[in-house]
Amino acid sequence: MQKRKQFKSFYIYIFAAIIVFAIVQFLISGQFMNDFYINTLMVIVINIILAVSLHLVIGITGQFSIGHAGFLAIGAYSAAIITMKLQLPFALSLLVGGIAAAVAGLIIGIPSLRLKGDYLAIATLGFGEIVRITLLNINYVGGASGMLVDNLTTWPWAFWCMVITILVIVNFTNSTHGRACISIRENEIAADAMGINTTYYKVMAFVIGAFFAGVAGGLYSHNFYIISPGSFGFMKSFDILIFVVLGGLGSLSGSVIAAILLSIVSTFLQDYPETRMIIYSLVLILMMIFRPQGLLGTKEITSFFKKGKSSDGGKHDGKQTVA
Amino acid sequence: MGGNMMENKQLLKVENVGIQFGGLKAVSNTNVEISKGELVGLIGPNGAGKTTFFNLLTGVYVPTEGNIFLDGKRLNGLPPYKITRKGISRTFQNIRLFNELSVLDNVKVAYHSNSKHGIISSIFRLPSHFNGEREMEEMAIDFLKIFNLDGYLYEKAKNLPYGQQRRLEIARALATQPKLLLLDEPAAGMNPNETEELMNLISFIRERFHLTVLLIEHDMQLVMGVCERIYVLDHGQLIAEGSPSEIRNNPKVIEAYLGEEVS
Repeated sequence: MQKRKQFKSFYIYIFAAIIVFAIVQFLISGQFMNDFYINTLMVIVINIILAVSLHLVIGITGQFSIGHAGFLAIGAYSAAIITMKLQLPFALSLLVGGIAAAVAGLIIGIPSLRLKGDYLAIATLGFGEIVRITLLNINYVGGASGMLVDNLTTWPWAFWCMVITILVIVNFTNSTHGRACISIRENEIAADAMGINTTYYKVMAFVIGAFFAGVAGGLYSHNFYIISPGSFGFMKSFDILIFVVLGGLGSLSGSVIAAILLSIVSTFLQDYPETRMIIYSLVLILMMIFRPQGLLGTKEITSFFKKGKSSDGGKHDGKQTVA
Repeated sequence: MGGNMMENKQLLKVENVGIQFGGLKAVSNTNVEISKGELVGLIGPNGAGKTTFFNLLTGVYVPTEGNIFLDGKRLNGLPPYKITRKGISRTFQNIRLFNELSVLDNVKVAYHSNSKHGIISSIFRLPSHFNGEREMEEMAIDFLKIFNLDGYLYEKAKNLPYGQQRRLEIARALATQPKLLLLDEPAAGMNPNETEELMNLISFIRERFHLTVLLIEHDMQLVMGVCERIYVLDHGQLIAEGSPSEIRNNPKVIEAYLGEEVS
């Protein structure tokens, strides 16, 4: 019975995704949207992928990683090398970007996930900076001046990558493996005592998160005409972190909504460059004063539609992990 | 022949185990043997090293000396999750439930290590995922019925009353299908009624699951009431072992532990 219900809601989501896709596709091909809006749309979609991939690491598994821009950069550069230097197809570049980032996630995850809390945060922050500085010094990819990349990211590519990301992460979360990750977030010692291989699941969440950040990197690099190491600094990591925290730690739909809202706010504030950062910061401060648990708190958006039985996604008190 | 029988019945053997933190010997030279089906108590004054001893058994700490055997297999140096899979499960002095997960999911986590569907199967929602999850759910619900917790299935663990949280923690530990259950002060913070209930629960699960139990407790009424054999730990060393009545009259124990109350 549960199986049928899950199947039904699955098809509803797929159907909704197809409708959204078709409407936007119609607006684009009918030229109702100018380049500015299309570009904003791409940024939103890429940010959603990033937010959701980090949500798995922070919101579900409770590992406070702030080096996500490092994976984004690895994905972006690997994908750019595939298309620009090796002249291979775009689809392959996305896959390679994801895999390269996942491998980096594995290499960085195994040693650093022994650390907890603040120490892990510092280690991952360091990783992000190492990636940026390394790229800065590799002449093959243009060093500080960056690398020219064709504009290949189209709406269908970006949108379906996003749908796949969300599907995979939702499916992972709502399974025994997701529960194992949540149990680590809730109480690592108890999870260990229940027979959960905590290291394995922490690294697994990290690798899956890194993979999708890498895919987002591939979309990101082919969305602008140029990529340079400067755009993958720790500020980028914080941007992604803010989506997750602002949406509500543990809430996937929350991080999606936060990614959409903040991308729009930040895009439209580009007209006021001198006050942009001030307004953006004010939004965040007000948010943290009035809704410290994040936009959706720990709930998923679907739980507002169905009463009673709580949905099984990740939930926890935002305040505890942030503080 | 008789000796062989004894050997087969032995479940846990702790041989000269000790651990040192820097210069401090928290536990030293401890020898404990527990046979199948026994209910053994471990008592001692605060700071005697009881919880440290549990942590040694469950792999949270690696002993710096000695050996631990479960069913003849050496456990030293195994990580906690592997020790749990070998058959030692525990509860904690301060309750450690997965607070934000439902009661049902708390138990499902304990079943995780027996699940057969892999990550790929879950991500692609293959039939094995649905079968595995359904099986887990049915097992967990049946299991919670035994503990009269099936009224709270979808309640978050943190919203349960204190006594029920203890109950759930024991249920969750048992769901890992242990041979040996370690209870760390299960009656802490309970009123006499709840303690009474707990005593009944412990004897009930023991029969029902053919379990061997080792428990740390300060509540003497409970220890003397349910334990068949008692070990006494003081300053990291075993100072006595015996039946409740022997322990009650042991001068060393009175000096180390009950002495304060007598004088």
